[in-house]
Amino acid sequence: MSLKRIDLLICCGSGCISAGALKIKERFHEVLQEKNLANEINIIETGCMGPCDYGPVMVIYPEGTFYKAVSPDDVEEIVNEHFIKGRPVARLMLQDEENTFSTQKEVPFYQKQVKVALANCGYIDPESMDEYIATGGYEALGTVLTTMSPQETIDLIKKSGLRGRGGGGFPTHIKWQMVHDNASDEKYVICNGDEGDPGAFMDRSLLEGDPHRILEGMMIAAYAIGANAGFLYIRAEYPLAIKRIKLAIAQAKEVGLMGQNVFGTKFCFDAEVRTGAGAFVCGEETALIHSIEGSRGNPTPKPPYPALQGLWGKPTIVNNVETFGNIPTIFLKGAEWFASMGTETSKGTKVFALTGDIKNTGLVEVPMGITLRELIFDVGGGMTGGHKFKAVQLGGPSGGCLTVEHLDVPVDYESLKERGAMMGSGGVIVMNDTKCMVNIAKFFMDFCVDESCGKCSPCRIGLKQMLDILERITSGHGKEGDIEELQRLGEAVNKLSLCGLGQSAPNPVLSTIRYFREEYEAHIRDKSCATKVCLDLMHFDIDKSRCIGCSLCARKCPVTCITGSREDKYTIHQLDCVKCGNCQDVCPVKAVSRIPGMHPEVITKREAEAKSGNHHDE
Amino acid sequence: MAPETSLNNQLYARLKEVIAEKKELRNPLIEILRIAQELFGYLPIEVQEFVANEMNIPASKVYGVVTFYNFFSMKPRGKYTLNICTGTACYVKGAPRLIQMISDKLGVGMGETTEDRLFTISAVRCVGACSLAPVFVIGEDTYGRVENKDKIGEILARYK
Repeated sequence: MSLKRIDLLICCGSGCISAGALKIKERFHEVLQEKNLANEINIIETGCMGPCDYGPVMVIYPEGTFYKAVSPDDVEEIVNEHFIKGRPVARLMLQDEENTFSTQKEVPFYQKQVKVALANCGYIDPESMDEYIATGGYEALGTVLTTMSPQETIDLIKKSGLRGRGGGGFPTHIKWQMVHDNASDEKYVICNGDEGDPGAFMDRSLLEGDPHRILEGMMIAAYAIGANAGFLYIRAEYPLAIKRIKLAIAQAKEVGLMGQNVFGTKFCFDAEVRTGAGAFVCGEETALIHSIEGSRGNPTPKPPYPALQGLWGKPTIVNNVETFGNIPTIFLKGAEWFASMGTETSKGTKVFALTGDIKNTGLVEVPMGITLRELIFDVGGGMTGGHKFKAVQLGGPSGGCLTVEHLDVPVDYESLKERGAMMGSGGVIVMNDTKCMVNIAKFFMDFCVDESCGKCSPCRIGLKQMLDILERITSGHGKEGDIEELQRLGEAVNKLSLCGLGQSAPNPVLSTIRYFREEYEAHIRDKSCATKVCLDLMHFDIDKSRCIGCSLCARKCPVTCITGSREDKYTIHQLDCVKCGNCQDVCPVKAVSRIPGMHPEVITKREAEAKSGNHHDE
Repeated sequence: MAPETSLNNQLYARLKEVIAEKKELRNPLIEILRIAQELFGYLPIEVQEFVANEMNIPASKVYGVVTFYNFFSMKPRGKYTLNICTGTACYVKGAPRLIQMISDKLGVGMGETTEDRLFTISAVRCVGACSLAPVFVIGEDTYGRVENKDKIGEILARYK
């Protein structure tokens, strides 16, 4: 490898790739070739750098210049100005009203972040083991294998306070200790990369951006519990992650960092990748184990815990990708260092996937205990389009929605749980005031009904009943007592379901009832959806003072329910309207608007139908 | 149809090799079914029975696995599966509208295949590209923040 004067790091996370990062990389190669600079500049394809919203992004070292939203047309200018003349291109830097942020360190998005698991993500080439080793990679494994006993390894994790990052927050050392203490001829380590929570993509980014870190974490765990085989269970939706982790395994084996007698010790380890086949419930550890065993991914009751009887009946630990991602650094920097971050009960950092109606969507890692306000407004940059913050959904289909009054709640396992949300895997979906909470609750319920494996009846039947009620409410057929019925069912499903999916599935409904009860009431009593999301509970109306009588709406209406003339202007016949919204889209003078509430004519018609016995669910 | 039969025979022969190769692995059923689906495009009952026979396991077990996982399909699929993400982030950013636009454009609904057997529209739960929401995926290509039908038409044309 020849020495090069500039390192050009191009983010090739999934966000930047779909924004065109690979084309930019190609263009750099071309231009550098043309200008005879190819041997002076090192082009590195990295994993996700985090700020997906600015994509495609790149960082240029030695000085750390950060460019955002680069297009292939900008490449020549970067090469000429920055690489040849040494004048960074200011127009590609992040700017706000007053400042230009020239280096990555100055970018506000990174200011409150502390990168532990993501330390190398966006900094090294994930396909190069040398680069991982250059950042201290495999040093922790070497130290553990040559100087520590398995019990000392577990004790150190205990001291660090590390808890499972997959959702439940179970202390990692307890799982390890259980398997360690359980003598068996075979034991297994499983890395749970079945990241099914919609709205979370940290496992994907870690596997894609720093695969060796995960392998190292797994091997330390394997040594601690006495296992010599491991499985990485990764979703089929993540082909690049699967490719990179397979490559990493092959590289590690080639140099003897995996396989027989690692670091000259007695420790032997082999890892295999198994791909998921699209079932949310497989994120549950017993279901995941059955899936690796080649069966339907149905969960089974615990106990027996996998720590006693796991894969093929042998003691097994199942840890999340991010959990493994923290482990090498804990050994390098020490348990005290790790435990110095975070709150009393939640130590270290947590990776979050910030999405929804905020400015800086992307992947972030922050110390535990940061407030939601800091996370959403400082790191996330606040709301887009001048809208107001309404709610934040944490923990996916198992989590809940929190509101403005919770913005100063510290983000840790206990504080979130107390308020009806949960850490989950770290998906943070921020919603503005145009979102309907009843509709969001229905969305999650629909998801859980679809993903319920059907094995236990509370989950299979109870959730369907809850969905039916939510559908009734959002279609204008809600009645008094529905809210209480939802709560009763929700509590029953929570108490009686077999696995975590069913136990937590009512959370989105229960938490929205808790904090947005008036919205449910408006849907039921006033037949009105204030955000105009639920189509049955809003209507379209033409403002005659603005209508110019052009007839475009009438011509575009699929059910011809708009009539009128140039003189009389146009009117929507509410009883026939299917709420497609075409009229609003085509109106050149914006005379068509959405009005909250079911139209009085429709209410009268429905009441008449109900009286004559035609009501669909009476 | 003779050509199709000989093609099928080739596929079955290939599948037989795959099964022989993977048989040594512990519980390789899901991996084998994945490859079978890659070969045949879908998993009709005949293929499931073939796998069951070769692996010497009950056909009911194979069927149970095929119907459990979203990834497996018992219906023929188009050359490309157009997976529309219906995860939360995409949902709040307008996935329902995206589904409507795509199905208008292709003239088929969710879960259906176009007449020319080119595209199948399917929903997927989160592809982990939430910051580009709403997204859809064709093969390994992810398309995010697609705002209008013209853009969709432009993307689809690349696969025709």
